[in-house]
Amino acid sequence: MTDLTKLSLKSALDGLNKGDFTSLEITDAFLARIDALNPKLNAYTLVTHEKAREDAKASDARRAAGNAGALEGAPLGIKDLFATKGYRTAACSKILGEFKPEYESTVTSNLWRDGAVMLGKLNMDEFAMGSSNETSAYGPVVNPWQIEKKLTPGGSSGGSASAVSANLCLAATATDTGGSIRQPASFTGTVGIKPTYGRCSRWGIVAFASSLDQAGPIAKDVTDTAIMLKSMCGHDGKDSTSLNVPVPDFAAAVSRGVKGLKIGVPKEYRLDGMPEEIEKLWQDGINWLKEAGAEIVDISLPHTKYALPTYYIVAPAEASSNLARYDGMRFGNRVDGNDLIDTYEKTRAAGFGAEVQRRILIGTYVLSAGYYDAYYLKAQKVRARILEDFTKAWEKCDAILTPTAPSAAFPIGQKQTDPIQMYLNDVFTVTTNLAGLPGISVPAGVDVNGLPLGLQVIGKALDEETLFAVAGVVEKSANFTAKPNL
Amino acid sequence: MTVEASTPIFTAFKTARPDQWVKGVTGDWEIIVGMEVHAQVAANSKLFSGASASYGGAPNSHVSFIDSGMPGMLPVINKFCVEQAVRTGLGLGAKINLWSRFDRKNYFYPDLPQGYQISQYLYPIVGEGELEVESEDKSTIMVGIERIHLEQDAGKSIHDLDPDATYVDLNRSGCALMEIVSKPDIRSPEEAANYFKSLRSLVRYLGTCDGNMDEGSMRADVNVSVRRPGGELGTRCEIKNVNSTKFVAMAVAYEARRQIEILEDGGSIDQETRLFDVKTGQTRTMRSKEDAHDYRYFPDPDLLPLVITQEFVDGIKATLPELPSAKKQRFINDFGLSAYDAGVLVADKEFSDYFEEAASGTDAKMVNSWLTVELFGWLNKNGVEFANSPISAKNLGGLVKLIQDGTINGKIAKDVFAKMIETGDDASTIVERDGLKQTTDTGAIEKAIDDLMATQPDKVTEAREKPKMLGWWVGQVMKSTGGKANPAIVNDILKKKLGIE
Repeated sequence: MTDLTKLSLKSALDGLNKGDFTSLEITDAFLARIDALNPKLNAYTLVTHEKAREDAKASDARRAAGNAGALEGAPLGIKDLFATKGYRTAACSKILGEFKPEYESTVTSNLWRDGAVMLGKLNMDEFAMGSSNETSAYGPVVNPWQIEKKLTPGGSSGGSASAVSANLCLAATATDTGGSIRQPASFTGTVGIKPTYGRCSRWGIVAFASSLDQAGPIAKDVTDTAIMLKSMCGHDGKDSTSLNVPVPDFAAAVSRGVKGLKIGVPKEYRLDGMPEEIEKLWQDGINWLKEAGAEIVDISLPHTKYALPTYYIVAPAEASSNLARYDGMRFGNRVDGNDLIDTYEKTRAAGFGAEVQRRILIGTYVLSAGYYDAYYLKAQKVRARILEDFTKAWEKCDAILTPTAPSAAFPIGQKQTDPIQMYLNDVFTVTTNLAGLPGISVPAGVDVNGLPLGLQVIGKALDEETLFAVAGVVEKSANFTAKPNL
Repeated sequence: MTVEASTPIFTAFKTARPDQWVKGVTGDWEIIVGMEVHAQVAANSKLFSGASASYGGAPNSHVSFIDSGMPGMLPVINKFCVEQAVRTGLGLGAKINLWSRFDRKNYFYPDLPQGYQISQYLYPIVGEGELEVESEDKSTIMVGIERIHLEQDAGKSIHDLDPDATYVDLNRSGCALMEIVSKPDIRSPEEAANYFKSLRSLVRYLGTCDGNMDEGSMRADVNVSVRRPGGELGTRCEIKNVNSTKFVAMAVAYEARRQIEILEDGGSIDQETRLFDVKTGQTRTMRSKEDAHDYRYFPDPDLLPLVITQEFVDGIKATLPELPSAKKQRFINDFGLSAYDAGVLVADKEFSDYFEEAASGTDAKMVNSWLTVELFGWLNKNGVEFANSPISAKNLGGLVKLIQDGTINGKIAKDVFAKMIETGDDASTIVERDGLKQTTDTGAIEKAIDDLMATQPDKVTEAREKPKMLGWWVGQVMKSTGGKANPAIVNDILKKKLGIE
């Protein structure tokens, strides 16, 4: 039998549908591979062997009864930010300890509704704050590419990207607040999409920055992300920011082509000192789309340079408030002190890692009396300008092509001591979070060291279909077949 | 942006009447009061969750994942609560804001599970309005309403169950509160109490809050400062969580006196938050301005701005009940009640509903007197809540009808009333059973008079000379008939027989 773990989600679903193998068989194959490789990669923080096998058996029974769902029998990995009922959900933070929620997130509920199987919980930066998966309380994740070099898989969805890239699941859930789906996808040769804000319900996802957080999938190819996204999204009355709009058949859009589309290339994304190979990759992308019949137009997104500073005010501000509930009173870990304040301080000092503490401090500062106007309010105004930039751009083009990240995967430890260097990882991705727009990263080539690099396509709000169409062409043209050698 | 929402910007406003001034050693002082009343919305579920909002229940039994601040939980606005806030605003003749917004007020406390309270800080749903309030000289004043905003209540910390631990009950966590902020238009302890009373009456009429102060459904934060009459404003102190009209008056009076004494001693007032101690009737420092939290307000990113339509508002307007001020006028016009009597009745919807039912088809003024003198008197004396009155409105009306149609007289009616309280039976049943029907049989009355005249000839002579003796004769006849004789008939026959005109 072929190695079932190497299959794409689409081909696995086809195989299951044809009866080539059962969900239990493919689930067992993944569990065995996880057991073999996870000690090296640290992609999973929790492997739910028993539950996975039970889910798989139940799925096989449903299929036998003729009730197969859209993801029937597909084994998936779940980022630790999603609440999974009865299974530890810690957002990879010490402060949540062994917290097991009594509820299931809407996104994962949707996946189980469609028949998917849960393999376990995936590692991530603590509370999704980081770009290298080094802030996790469960230790860093290793990028499967050139594993001996111990590179980061990016972050915060490092576990999701590493697991998908290393065939430790068919696909994974992830979340993206400033680039946390797309940058790890770029670093690991996988595809990741952050849909329009409001496509996926945030209910049951541990909040980082509510106005920016959005769930999405990381998968092996563009079609797989389209299949995953269709199951993950949909209106949810439990999330006031969830959009009540129909969910299109995203997968059908992948092969639509780009003939007649106008693709914008923003000059502000051409950074000084950007590696030449990224510049070249971007040009390759432009050429591929042109060849496929798209028209390339130069556009300007003049407020791009303010995006990162704006993001690092808005996101920490919201986070400082969202993380106030981790006070050691009702769940998670508590360190008892002499009095209430002492208990709060000791609990939060012991429970939160350095990066989370840094962002809580920044966020508390920018919301403080006397600073609010200069920071938070100003940032909101700039945010509106950034959205305006895009609105103007849509008068000229249908989608925008940019690099996903300013570099390929870097070694664990390299940027850990320099937060600013780390924050720069998000320079091409934060704009879409601030504007609420969808963005997808597609592997398009490798750098001089043979490490994967991704291109990002940004689309109009709720126009993920065009995004998939453009990404489909990039994927086909790039013919990216390299795989990590494990 | 950094001004506290609950701090209205004080500008020029009226001076108190001289009779309201407080005498100090160095001269007269004027009391300035503004109030923030928290009224819990009478709703089945909480402001942002489906958990029960009913009072009581075992600790932590009315708590959803949202109310307990579980990771990943999100608030969804309860439309019913929005309607009640609009309804209350309309009752105060206030501007309804079609666009409002929820902000987060951040602070740490164990009974605040999210670590923030969701509240409408900058953009409240209800803007300016006003409320008619009675002053101590029975004149009415208008107290301006600054705003009403919706917000979540916190849970309850219980410190006295264990010397070393605090217990937390989250049943109240997330319940919807309307914070009704007045302008600083109140000038005396009585006005402050009456404002609170009128506001309670209004929300009960509207049905938007049950006004139950014992259960904490309504509580007031009272801002008090003093100044020289018409002079420059003084520094204010805020007295937190005062939960009865009586305590509001006591707190204002004490606090004003305290501030005056400090100022007259050459001191200055520290802006601070104070607590009212119901045992001593005094206020004491809770926290000073230096300890004030920086709440770091910002728009709640989990919620969209609250947008309502004019049609929504109009729909609520169409269902508003008759409000106290209109009802008072109607009682004066239709029932011929005095302004004072009408005011007493409309102060509480329960009273006026009872009154209208009892007065239906009978003498309204007589009903008013039986209700406010006899029934209220008995209830007060016996410490019984009006809601638990042993006499129903229908039965009180029945009693008055019996008096009106001459079945019983006023004296017998008092006995019947006492028996009604005792048994809960209606008046005619009691009258029938105990044979209390008034005697209108002139023959029987004549006979009783003749008998008396025969035994008391000297008194007959006396009465003929001194017509004022008639009263004594009436009393004798009533006595001999067991109080059942119709006094008017007795009067007539006596006059005739004694030859008095």
